[in-house]
Amino acid sequence: MRYELVAGLETHVELSTKTKIFCGCTTEFGGSPNTHCCPICIGLPGTLPKLNKEVVRYAIRAGLATNCEISRISKMDRKNYCYPDLSKAYQISQYDKPLCKNGYIELSNGRRIRLNRIHIEEDAGKLIHQKGDTYVDYNRGGVPLIEIVTEPDFRSVDEVREYVEKLQLIMRYIGVSDCKMQEGSMRCDVNISVRPEGQKEFGTRTEIKNMNSIAFMAKAIEYEQERQIDIIESGGSVQQETLRYDDVTNTTSSMRGKEDANDYRYFRDPDLVTINVTDQEVEELEATIPELPDEKLERYVEKLGIPEADAQLLVKYRRVAEYFEKASEGTANPRTAANFIIGQIFRTIENESAKEEFDIPVSAESLRELIKLLDSKKIRMNLAKSTLDKMLETGKKVSDLISEKDMGGLDEEATKKLCQEAVDANPNAVADYKGGKEKAIKAIVGYVMKNSRGKADAMKAEEIIKQIIQ
Amino acid sequence: MAEVKSKIRAINEMLTGKEITCTELTQQYLDAIDKSNGDLNAYVNVTADTALKAAKAVDDKIAKGEELPLLAGVPMTLKDNISTNGIETTCCSKILEGYKPIYDATVWKLLQQQNAVLLGKTNMDEFAMGSSCETSVFGGAKNPHSLNHVAGGSSGGVASAVGGNIAAYGLGSDTGGSIRQPASFCGIVGLKPTYGSVSRYGLIAYASSLDQIGPITTTVEDTAIVYDAIAKLDPMDSTSQGNKGAGACATLKNDIKGMKIGIAKEYLEGIRDDVKEAILNACNVYRSMGAEIVEFDLPALKYALPVYYILACAEASSNLGRYDGIRYGYKTPTYNDVNDMVCKTRSEGFGSEVKRRIMLGTYVLSAGYYDAYYKKAQNLRGTIVKDFKNAFEKVDVILAPTVPMTAFEVGKAVSDPIETYLTDICTVPINIAGLPAVSVPCGFNAKGMPIGMQLIGNTFAESTILNAAWHYENATHSTMFKSAEMGVKL
Repeated sequence: MRYELVAGLETHVELSTKTKIFCGCTTEFGGSPNTHCCPICIGLPGTLPKLNKEVVRYAIRAGLATNCEISRISKMDRKNYCYPDLSKAYQISQYDKPLCKNGYIELSNGRRIRLNRIHIEEDAGKLIHQKGDTYVDYNRGGVPLIEIVTEPDFRSVDEVREYVEKLQLIMRYIGVSDCKMQEGSMRCDVNISVRPEGQKEFGTRTEIKNMNSIAFMAKAIEYEQERQIDIIESGGSVQQETLRYDDVTNTTSSMRGKEDANDYRYFRDPDLVTINVTDQEVEELEATIPELPDEKLERYVEKLGIPEADAQLLVKYRRVAEYFEKASEGTANPRTAANFIIGQIFRTIENESAKEEFDIPVSAESLRELIKLLDSKKIRMNLAKSTLDKMLETGKKVSDLISEKDMGGLDEEATKKLCQEAVDANPNAVADYKGGKEKAIKAIVGYVMKNSRGKADAMKAEEIIKQIIQ
Repeated sequence: MAEVKSKIRAINEMLTGKEITCTELTQQYLDAIDKSNGDLNAYVNVTADTALKAAKAVDDKIAKGEELPLLAGVPMTLKDNISTNGIETTCCSKILEGYKPIYDATVWKLLQQQNAVLLGKTNMDEFAMGSSCETSVFGGAKNPHSLNHVAGGSSGGVASAVGGNIAAYGLGSDTGGSIRQPASFCGIVGLKPTYGSVSRYGLIAYASSLDQIGPITTTVEDTAIVYDAIAKLDPMDSTSQGNKGAGACATLKNDIKGMKIGIAKEYLEGIRDDVKEAILNACNVYRSMGAEIVEFDLPALKYALPVYYILACAEASSNLGRYDGIRYGYKTPTYNDVNDMVCKTRSEGFGSEVKRRIMLGTYVLSAGYYDAYYKKAQNLRGTIVKDFKNAFEKVDVILAPTVPMTAFEVGKAVSDPIETYLTDICTVPINIAGLPAVSVPCGFNAKGMPIGMQLIGNTFAESTILNAAWHYENATHSTMFKSAEMGVKL
């Protein structure tokens, strides 16, 4: 029998606001343990949370960028559970009135992954195990998170992978998070079930917690899918449980069963007032949403004439797209800038995260300057390429590397002289041309170009050569 | 007729008139504490050094001829659930043994700005859960009018200290009557302000949607002065709104002719005869001053007790989850692993009343019971709020007993928790509705134990109820107020 995967995702994204969600402490990653803390975020008796409005704005922007409805009235709830990294024994989260709901993200196959909700909440601290002892670091406690919950709409691992990449990209575009899975600023839990193809009802699901890379997540889903199919095929039934994925053995193991599920005893946090969002605020935030990757891709292909594969490489990194747009601004053909970036510039960048940072020694303005010299035919492509290499190597500006003399080109007298030389030096090509082989003239022009170090005007040279031969 | 003299004003005049130095006055209070606290058990922590240091600063100010705020140099106390930087704050629970806050509660910050002199922290029911102060890990505070009676609770220590004249005034907290009931038992004045008028920042939470800090004093004017000093908008408390009016002192002595004072029959059911009689006498006093007594119905009152115990316990079960021995306070000496440690710490650190309420609260929030208890209680809370709102369309102030009886004898309250819960019937509706109410002395029973009545106002109508209370106090002071024979005589 063939089986179909059914999966849903809960993604936690750490927001990059300057301060924590309920106090003024910094959200900076790292720092010595318990140095980014205050009485509020370590939950000292008597302290009260105060909602950071910026968190609400960030979350609304995340909602707007993923086609969500924005709740005009929402509230904060307490999720009660006891764990040493949770200093108040409850996490302040949102239960039945999330800030954003009913959104979607569209995949390249045209399917829409529906978002049930996006809500805001606080992160917990971290346990550090050292030489048999356990310590708690509350630096991360109170860092703002959004939790993005999908409907069970995924039907393949590829869809999950594309969704996560897309979500990551959207969040980076709107600047609400850096979404670094390795650093934990993006974490995914997956709900998985399988069902015989054609069956309407869902199978029993399991949940895999906290995977810290897309590759591991894909492996974990594949493993879990096979495990469930094996159980069903051998006549058993899948147990509803929470699993943890071990990336070394590539297996899942049980964390807790259904009967051990926490009863979080959600109730409204009496310390925080209702969150009211006005139409005007939503409109203002809507205006801050930049062009998103999908729209950008379409524009690059349709309007700028960039081949789709190239355009995809450009929009995949927010900073690259920004760089491209700045470098190509006012140039004759945006493809020139695109080619330089994807070709020469990308070759100097080692990995994905460096592409994400895109911290290169050549400013977009410098590249534009170079392209404009090409556009105005002051320099030739060969010179442009070698110059760009030097710029990438040294960080020098165009004007430091190309002199007025280089740009001057060859004057008519010198060109004529060189053309005569070329005709004399290539008797065979001259003969071929005279014999009707029009292309033979290219070899003669090539001689001129080579010996002028690219400075001659090829069109002009061809004209002169023709005159000489005839 | 001479007006009742405010104790705070009297001290202020003594200090500015250089009849006594603040250091001398503070020392008098500290000596009186030495003498009486053994009997009263009002203070659980006397902060003599910091008090004398603060007094010295006041004396320096006076010497330099600087302007003195009204509360400067007035020796006072704080309930032990109000956070004081560097001074142990335990909620009279073993679980907070040795806990010294690293920040000040907003109310304490405000009072320090006025050069208040803190004599020490006072006794309370553990985590403010109780009506007799006897759930305190330090044992209960005694009533200055009779040492074999309790001071009441939960702010029993403040009431005992103020009633026993070993503090000029104090701040307590009131979640279901914890300021008004002990004030009533000790024959003094206590105000539970409107929810949101006084910042809760630094008040160790029992039930966050009900808790309010308020003054306990010997006179109504003192209550007005302290209330005006602490009712400030605080950005640290999202639920804070500050004092929305011009302050209670400004209108304290306004004429009350034509004021409509409401009496709800539901409030007079099931209360003891001597208390009922005192309330009806108070109505006559008001009539004689030109106020109008209006009878009205308050049908939702019957829901108040169950609603209170469900909501308060639910919130408490969550608020008290943080006491796990990891960061501060008591930690069990021996354990196997982290779960064992948390479990043992909480089992050993909390007293039985606190455990009872945590369990109750956990139960009513649990899956499958939430709708039947917590949600229903929240809905009924809305009904109670509406009933009061309707009442205040007809009346300016509601007059009611503070407690259906007078102070319990020592040991009686703890023996039957349910019986004791019932005695909160008059006070809890006010917390549920978020209203202000002030308890003032209105008589004595046959044994000479004080009876209290409460004047309840609409939200942020502190000035109205204190205005009404001031007139009553001035009309009856010679018969209704009796200073306990102990402590500092000014």
